Amino acid sequence: MTTTLTSPAAAPAAHPVARPRKPKRRKLSGIALAAPFALLLLGTVLVPVGYALYLSLFTDRLSGLGFDGFKQVFVGLDNFTTVLADPAFLDSVGHVAVYALVHIPLMFAGALIIALLLDSVAVRLRKIWSLAVFLPHAVPGVIAGLIWGYLYSPGIGPLNDILPTDPLGDAGVLPSIVNMATWQWMGYNMIIFYTALQSVPRDVLEAARADGAGPIRTALSIKVPMIRPTIFVALVFTTIGSLQLFTEPLVLRTFTGAVTSTWTPSLYIYEAAFVSNDYGRAAAASILLAVASALLSAVVMRLSARRSR
Amino acid sequence: MIPSPQKSGSRWTTRGVVHGVLLLAALYSVLPLIWLATSATKSVGDFSTTSAFEFADWNLWTNLGELFAKEGGVFLDWIRNSVLYAGVGAFLGALICTACGYAIAKLDFPGRRALFAVTLAGVLVPPTALALPLYLLASELHVVNTFWAVFIPLLTNPFGVYLARTFAEASVPDEVLEAARLDGAGELRTFFRISLPVMMPGFVTILLFQFVSIWNNFFLPLVMLTDPELFPMTLGIHQWGTRAPQFPDYNPLVITGSLLAVIPLIVAFVVLQRQWRSGLSAGSVK
Repeated sequence: MTTTLTSPAAAPAAHPVARPRKPKRRKLSGIALAAPFALLLLGTVLVPVGYALYLSLFTDRLSGLGFDGFKQVFVGLDNFTTVLADPAFLDSVGHVAVYALVHIPLMFAGALIIALLLDSVAVRLRKIWSLAVFLPHAVPGVIAGLIWGYLYSPGIGPLNDILPTDPLGDAGVLPSIVNMATWQWMGYNMIIFYTALQSVPRDVLEAARADGAGPIRTALSIKVPMIRPTIFVALVFTTIGSLQLFTEPLVLRTFTGAVTSTWTPSLYIYEAAFVSNDYGRAAAASILLAVASALLSAVVMRLSARRSR
Repeated sequence: MIPSPQKSGSRWTTRGVVHGVLLLAALYSVLPLIWLATSATKSVGDFSTTSAFEFADWNLWTNLGELFAKEGGVFLDWIRNSVLYAGVGAFLGALICTACGYAIAKLDFPGRRALFAVTLAGVLVPPTALALPLYLLASELHVVNTFWAVFIPLLTNPFGVYLARTFAEASVPDEVLEAARLDGAGELRTFFRISLPVMMPGFVTILLFQFVSIWNNFFLPLVMLTDPELFPMTLGIHQWGTRAPQFPDYNPLVITGSLLAVIPLIVAFVVLQRQWRSGLSAGSVK
């Protein structure tokens, strides 16, 4: 798995750099500079993941007649099969899938359109526009959730009266959460796309114009293909982020009963660990989530490597 | 779909449409923040009786007074904690990432490739999937509900290392390093005296974005902390928010507190615009 994950991104590193032979002292310095991060990576990523992997193979059972309290019992992959067969978990995966399929195209289209407009010749006050659209990224997810929760609330915010469906009702909750996430991430991705667009060579655009291509034609057949690698990297991060959806639905639970306690996989994990106190099941679900997002991003990276060739 | 090239007849309407779309996007982005600011000035009563964007009686100072007095002034603790987690954490974290990214890009040491491969894999592990394993490990080590249980994991920023490596490759010339070596400067000294200053825009970008991600982080403190005195602002405000439906008196506290939590980041992004814009562009050129 490591090779598929690293090869596209590591490719730029492969530029051969001619280096003289290094004295031993230089190696030690390299280790000294890299060690703090390597230790952090070990202690806060590798060891916890390994420990969760280990815990996911056990479950707490009442031993004997129950007088001795709980005992850890090895159950193999039982926790994984329990999670995968749990309708609540499958529902949560379904919610996140629909959420991602709506949110990602919507947010990317918005970010790309704004970036292309800002990059077009006719725009004034570029900095102000881009800063305004970027600002929601500075708002913590909890607070974005609270702001929109209030705006959706009947009697407090205006949205409940304006919108055709109740944004806090059963049918409205998913679009409401999509909107919260789109609000937070559109500007961030817009800036990424915009900076990438700025590095498209101007003479290529001049040539297109000389050939009679209009601004829309130039945008679609020259600019977008040229920033495709950037778009794919953003797609990987957005996909990972979408899978872990947690804060917005959790905060919305304060405002409506339409979001269940296991509405997304992350909420499911939280519920399993801290409400049901079933660490084995929670650990198994965490690992499934991590594996799913690693696989999905590997697929996206594969696609991007193939396309950009 | 693709229209034929248009001549200057429609240029003014095109301009109008472009600016209209930008205006809509800007309003969509900014209006909720304006709502937050106007709502922070309202009393509990006006909050539910006046319309969303209209000002009522100026109640901001009272709201702020109550915010800082509530529960023995615990909000001040939350500010201090957020500053410690995000400020100290981001500075230390960015320094650690920059050093490691620089070492991977410019120095040769055993395990360099393996470290970079694991770092890239680490970028792909979602923080939410990591929070529970971290909690389980922390509870095994009996450090749950401590400052360090939140502070240390948030230092780890694999994407920062990836960015730092890109910055180092793009901005630190090998000839300069060779010259420093010929002058007999040690590698560590060279890093701090020569390479780090050259990589400053990259360092600031990593610092700023790590600051934002720690300041905004919610899941890890939610999982790790039970003692309100250790909460960052996000967790504390969330906890008060869950009480608001039953006790409407919490509404102005939640809203005024949210405003205070948002302002520092907005100021940072506006003031440091030059740095993060140039940093992002350097990072996105691969």
